[in-house]
Amino acid sequence: MKPVNFDFARPSDLPAAIALASREDAIVKFIAGGQSLGPMLNLRLVQPNLLVDITGIAELKRVEETPDALELGSCITHADIEDGRVPDVTGGAMRAVAAGIAYRAVRNRGTIGGSLAHADPSADWLSALAALGAQAIVRGAHKERQIPVDTLMTGVFECSLESGELLSGVEIPRLSKSARWGYYKHCRKTGELAHAIAAFLHDPDRSVCRAVIGATGSKPIVLSDASVLIGKGPDHALDRAAIERAMTGHGMTDPIEQQIHFVCLRRAVQQAYRP
Amino acid sequence: MTGQGVGARLLRKEDDRLMRGRGQFVGDLRFAGMKDVAFVRSPLAHGLLRGVSIPDEWKDSVFVAADLNGVKPIRAVSGLKGFKVSEQPVLATEKVRYVGELVAMCIAQNRALAEDIASAVHSDIEELPAVYDMLSARKPSSDLLHQHWGDNVFLETFVNVNIEKALDAPIKVTREIRTARQCMAPIEGRGAVAVWDSRLDQLTLYSACQMPHIIRTGLAECLGLEEAQVRVVAPDVGGGFGYKGILLAEEICLGWLAMNLGHPVRWLEDRREHLTAGANCREHFYRITGYADRDGTLLGIDCEATVDSGAYSAYPFSACLEAAQVASILPGPYDFPAYRCRTYSVATNKCPILPYRGVARTGVCFALELVLDAIAREAGIEPHELRAKILVKPEQMPFTNITKKWFDSGDYPESLRRAVAAIDIPAVRARQKVGETDGRLIGVGMATYCEQAAHGTSVYYGWGIPMVPGFEQATARLTPDGGLELRVGVHSHGQGLETTLAQVAHEILGIDVAKIKVVHGDTAMTPYSTGTWGSRCMVMAGGAVSVACKEIAKRAAKIGAQLLQTDDSRVSIRAGEVVGPGGSITLGEIARTWYLKPHSLPADVDMGGLEATIGYRPSPDSGTFSYATHAALVAVDPEIGTIEILDYVIVEDGGKLVNPMIVDGQIYGGFAQGVGTALYEEMPFNSAGQPLASTFADYLLPGATEVPAPRLDHMETLSPHTEFGVKGIGEGGAIAPPAAIANAVNDALRPLKAELLVSPMTPRRVLSAIAVGRSFS
Repeated sequence: MKPVNFDFARPSDLPAAIALASREDAIVKFIAGGQSLGPMLNLRLVQPNLLVDITGIAELKRVEETPDALELGSCITHADIEDGRVPDVTGGAMRAVAAGIAYRAVRNRGTIGGSLAHADPSADWLSALAALGAQAIVRGAHKERQIPVDTLMTGVFECSLESGELLSGVEIPRLSKSARWGYYKHCRKTGELAHAIAAFLHDPDRSVCRAVIGATGSKPIVLSDASVLIGKGPDHALDRAAIERAMTGHGMTDPIEQQIHFVCLRRAVQQAYRP
Repeated sequence: MTGQGVGARLLRKEDDRLMRGRGQFVGDLRFAGMKDVAFVRSPLAHGLLRGVSIPDEWKDSVFVAADLNGVKPIRAVSGLKGFKVSEQPVLATEKVRYVGELVAMCIAQNRALAEDIASAVHSDIEELPAVYDMLSARKPSSDLLHQHWGDNVFLETFVNVNIEKALDAPIKVTREIRTARQCMAPIEGRGAVAVWDSRLDQLTLYSACQMPHIIRTGLAECLGLEEAQVRVVAPDVGGGFGYKGILLAEEICLGWLAMNLGHPVRWLEDRREHLTAGANCREHFYRITGYADRDGTLLGIDCEATVDSGAYSAYPFSACLEAAQVASILPGPYDFPAYRCRTYSVATNKCPILPYRGVARTGVCFALELVLDAIAREAGIEPHELRAKILVKPEQMPFTNITKKWFDSGDYPESLRRAVAAIDIPAVRARQKVGETDGRLIGVGMATYCEQAAHGTSVYYGWGIPMVPGFEQATARLTPDGGLELRVGVHSHGQGLETTLAQVAHEILGIDVAKIKVVHGDTAMTPYSTGTWGSRCMVMAGGAVSVACKEIAKRAAKIGAQLLQTDDSRVSIRAGEVVGPGGSITLGEIARTWYLKPHSLPADVDMGGLEATIGYRPSPDSGTFSYATHAALVAVDPEIGTIEILDYVIVEDGGKLVNPMIVDGQIYGGFAQGVGTALYEEMPFNSAGQPLASTFADYLLPGATEVPAPRLDHMETLSPHTEFGVKGIGEGGAIAPPAAIANAVNDALRPLKAELLVSPMTPRRVLSAIAVGRSFS
């Protein structure tokens, strides 16, 4: 369980990193915290010629707060968020999600950008940031573009980054004071990658009511207008049949999978509306 | 220097190095010129090996079966009637029979390069249908692993005691119960370094093993060496659990390489090898029927048990140890009149089975205790009331049970009573009536078992496996400075023997344990022993240390009496001194006299000096019986199927506890493994015989947050026939948790008419059981 022989570079600016990644003659992988890539290298699931360590790039640790949003560089760690070393525009939602990722040792090194780019369906940020309406900021050799996190993932361990592109940061919209947030994940043991995730955001002032069902084995299921699925009564009952139809539509047909994911969503919604 | 003897809660001596990171494990060893080995393993579960293609550039670095001149296959034959013999080639020859079987070995300057070479070697295998399920493997239509056998059954056993008398019982409960295949997952995997010394004409194998002398015997046989040409050293070893109680094909390979290449070689098992090529324990299936009176009194047990033994018979315990044990231990701690059991040890395309902590007992306890609870539900009584009726009572001791097991001592019903009181069953019943505010369902369950340990010659000669334990020897040697060396052939890899054996010696001689050195893990320095297995070390090696120290005491007393100018009969040994009527003399002075001032010795001094190797075996040697009742309180989330252990009680009787703190540690560790068996650990295989969990992300081990602190209560009923009344205690913690937790889960799910009969109890299995229950209502 040793990686293949590879070259290693640690550039100090973004253009240099992107230039290295644009080499056509080599398989190049970016590494930040290495909490997923490290084991994959050891298992030889990934056999790069060149590993580009991006943690020496100051721009990727940027924190920029505006009235409407927070932009975090992709090398901000889960622990940075958990510990409040970066500002929070989500009323504590992101800090709570960060605190529940894997184990502290992983959170110390693992990064928000790495987690998104790795596109593990069971990881937290993909679902949580999709529900929060975040945008992934992607830098290529010639341009920068934004991809909504809820469409970033294209398949298991695949996302819509193109060759030579680097996910350089995340823009998270500032929630209004009245926003309600719920997040519930199902793991068999502490620190394990989730078997089901549900994230729910109701921000009436911004006309957002979004639910995300994650850890589906593939892309998260985004219910961009969840209000139609939630009863108006005080118990906020969910339209189970409609939600199960959505799951079936996304290829999740196993009744036990559906049950667990549905219950997680119901608990996330209940959490959001808890007085 | 009081408070260091038998019964003292002494901190472990070995922890001084282990906790400071100063242990010396196989992976820490360095030898000049040492190269690393990576194995090419079969990617398929079953197939005909047509050839191995090696790129030209690596021809000199890769070795296959044809290269291994003079190497014999591994054979572990059982003397039990009808046992079919498997021969495990060290490197695959004509056929591969499990994923991970060794095909070739690659040598390089380091492991990464060796893996590069391994990935360039191609095994040409013609795939055969995989025999992946032990039940279908028994069918006549099944493909065969060992063609000449005619079927896939290593061994079938049968026992019947009056089952006919139970068949008309008013209550009859039948269940099919299954336990998953597991990996033992010690924190240190296997590993070995082989060094050939041309001066000594000797192979030294440094191996992470728990039975160095047995490995030496097996290694010499397979490599065609004289036993004196082999030395096996087991340095610090990071957990055994049975996983390291085996002669490895890898070890034979390394020995051959060291003999033939002229430089040391090393192989360290990595976690993927462990998980995919080492899932080798606990896979049982029971079709079990309990017969009982209307009031729940158990009248008989009828069982057919199948154990998935994997592809080959592992050395030395053989492929049938688990299944054959099932038949003899299924009755557990209970007294009932009728019993029938048929067992099958079935060959499948999986790695060979090994005995894991608790051996067959964890599965047996699971099967029996679940059926007992089912009977209790049928009879409408509390499960503990049922158990109280049939547990062997103290006034019956010593007791010979229905399979002729000889229970030495104990008060089994008392352990049950204490557990019932501690878990507070009336309070649980009241709480169940009220219900939980979070919608979960709570339940209480228990399990009682007894654990035969340190069973010796009289038990094992009947199995006829390559290794029958006899007299356990220890060497005790006073050093010239008054210290004591103890040399034992067992190995300590977590049990704390460097401390507890010193405590035993202290009890006899009064020497400060700081001055007592326990030497173990080196065949060149210790007496022959079958090693560490079967919870035997404290009884056997502890007993041997005790008698050897008594011999030293006798000899020292004679010298001491001479020096004190008194008669032998008027001296005694106290606190490291020989004490006479008019004064005393330290063992150190006596030792110096023997070694360096022999002119002062008595004329008729024992010429054996202050060193004695004595063999010890309790009489009878049929084993000590420790026992415990475990009680679990759980909460089940019926919506997502998760299980939380809210409370857990263990009332345990291990006879005299040499170091109660170490015993507690053994129970905690065993309990953690039991929780793993109950709730998390499983190596699934697909129909191609592929193991599906290759990392700890897929093979779940319980972590700190999944293992609550159990509440321990000790009883201490001495064994009547061991030194100090000690009993073996090492495995018990791992035996009962799956049964107790499953019974608690089934108690919780009773309102939903759901019952779980499989371990581990995953959320999916819980929800499936609830779905089945719903279909009944």
